[in-house]
Amino acid sequence: MNRNDSPVIEADRLTKRFDSFTAVDGISFCVGAGEIFGFLGANGAGKTTAMRMLCGLSQPTSGRATVAGCDVYREQEEIKKHIGYMSQKFSLYADLRVWENIRLFGGIYGLSGKRLSGKTEELLDVLGLEGERNTLVSSLPLGWKQKLAFSVAIIHEPEIVFLDEPTGGVDPVARRRFWELIMDASARGITVFVTTHYMDEAEYCDRVSIMVDGRIEALDKPSVLRDACGVGTMDEVFRSLARRAKRSE
Amino acid sequence: MNSVVVQNISKAYGGVTALESVSLNVGGGELFGLIGPDGAGKTTLMRILATLLLPDTGSAKVCGLDVVTDWKDIRRGRIGYMPGRFSLYQDLTVEENIRFFASVFRTTMEKNYDLIRDIYVQIAPFRHRRAGRLSGGMKQKLALCCALIHRPDVLLLDEPTTGVDPVSRVELWDMLGRLKRQGVGILVSTPYMDEAARCDRIALMYSGRCLSAGEPGVICREAGASALYAVCSDNMYALLSDLRSYPGALSCYAFGREHHLRLKPGESDASLLTGWLCDKGHSGITVEPISVTIEDWFMDKIVQHNEQE
Repeated sequence: MNRNDSPVIEADRLTKRFDSFTAVDGISFCVGAGEIFGFLGANGAGKTTAMRMLCGLSQPTSGRATVAGCDVYREQEEIKKHIGYMSQKFSLYADLRVWENIRLFGGIYGLSGKRLSGKTEELLDVLGLEGERNTLVSSLPLGWKQKLAFSVAIIHEPEIVFLDEPTGGVDPVARRRFWELIMDASARGITVFVTTHYMDEAEYCDRVSIMVDGRIEALDKPSVLRDACGVGTMDEVFRSLARRAKRSE
Repeated sequence: MNSVVVQNISKAYGGVTALESVSLNVGGGELFGLIGPDGAGKTTLMRILATLLLPDTGSAKVCGLDVVTDWKDIRRGRIGYMPGRFSLYQDLTVEENIRFFASVFRTTMEKNYDLIRDIYVQIAPFRHRRAGRLSGGMKQKLALCCALIHRPDVLLLDEPTTGVDPVSRVELWDMLGRLKRQGVGILVSTPYMDEAARCDRIALMYSGRCLSAGEPGVICREAGASALYAVCSDNMYALLSDLRSYPGALSCYAFGREHHLRLKPGESDASLLTGWLCDKGHSGITVEPISVTIEDWFMDKIVQHNEQE
C-alpha cells in the first residue's frame, strides 16, 4: 500500500451486535488508494456483516468508519455513489441484452443522460463488445460475462470496488483472467476490497486480513503472514488461524 | 461391483448441451470426484443418477439398477443424495429433520447412529435449533446426516464444499474419508481443483464433457509432456506479462505466490530465462522446475478446448 497517503477505507473499533451476538467485534484497519485488500475469514466470522457496514447497507452498533471519506453512520447514501459492488452470485441480468445491462447498472450507479450514453459506448468499445451489444448476457461466454460484470461495477469510476467471492465456481483459466482485471484496475488507482475462499488468490492481494470470531486476527502482506506463521502457503496461514475459532457459528 | 456406471450419457436443455456423451465408472466403496467449474454438467449428471432427470441418450446404473427403469428401487434407499442447494425442512429442528428422513426410509436414527455419529456430534449442541437458523457449515453437516441416515450404498454429493471456507472444506473431506472406510461409495462433485487429491479417482469435466478420468497422480504424470517452471520475482504483476512474451513460453498463469510457466514443446531449457528477466529489470528472480498439478493440467485442456470451439 502507501501508494497514496490518505486511506480510502478507515475503520476504528467498528462493531455490530445483533441482540447478545457480536458479529463484528471492534475491527480496526486502513486501506490505501489502489490497494488490493483481501478480506478473508471462515464462514460465520463476520465478513459479510462488516462488508455491509462498509457499503452503507447496515448501521454499526459502535466504533467509527469512513469509506471514500464518507461516514458509515450519517452518509450511507453518499457511500453508495463512491463504491462499486460485484459478486459471483449476483452480477448481471442474464435475460437482458449487453447494452441494457450497462444502461441499467449505469443508471443504478447514478449516471444519466449524455454521461450514461457516453459511458455505455466507451465500455462497448473498450471491451470489444460493439458487435455483441444486442446479445443476451446469458449467451455470452463466461470470460466476457466476467469482464462485463466487473466493468459495469466500476462504470461510475468509483474509488473502491467491493468484490464478494467474485470467482466462486469459475474455471481456473477464467479465474486467473479475472484477477488480471483486478490487478489492472488497481494499477489504475481503484481500491479493491475482495473476499475469496481460494487461498491462492490471497497471494495476489497487497495485504490480507483474516477474521476469526468477529475480530481481525491477522493483517499484513501475504509474505509477512506466511513468515510469521512459519508456513509456505496462505492456505496454511488461514487454517492455523481459523482453527482457533471458538464461536460455534 | 461398480456402484455407478455411466455410459455415453447426453442431455440437452432446449438447445443447450449440458452433457455430451459422458462415460465413467465408480467402483464399490470408492471415493470418486467429479471435478469441474460451473456449467461443466456436474449437477445434471448427479440429478440423472439420483433419478430426478432423464438422460436424452445413453444409460446409467446405480448399484446395478437402471436409472430409467429401476428408479423406484434406487430411490427406495440405495442412494443418499445431497443437492447443491440446502433442501431440508427449514422450520423443523436439526433432530426433527434427521428423524423425519429416517422415518421416510422406515428406519430410525438410533439404528444407524454409528454411521452419522462423527458428524452428528458436531451439530448435537444445536439439535433443538431450526434448520433454517443454522450457519452454512452446520447446514452442510445436517444435510450429510440426513443423506446418510438410511444407510445408503452410494452417496451422491453435489458440491458440498462450494462457498465453504478452507477449514470446513478440510473437515468435510475428512468426514468423507471416514465414511469411505465404513464402506459407503461416494460420488462427489467440486469446482475446487485442489480437492482432486482427496479422491481415489476423478473425472475432469468441462463444458458437458469428461476430459479425462483416472487416479489424480496418474493423470498428472501423463500430462508432463512439456516443461513447467515456477517463477518468482520482486514484481509479480510485471513478471506475468514479461513471462508471456518470453520467446520459449507456451503459456503463463499466476499460481498463488508463483507464476507457472509452460515452455513450448522441445524447449526444456530455462537456463537463459533468468538473464532474460534480469535484462527486463527484474530482481529477486527464482526459476524452479516443478511437476504438473491437476489445475495446470486442467487449464491446458480448457485452453485447447476453447481454441477448438
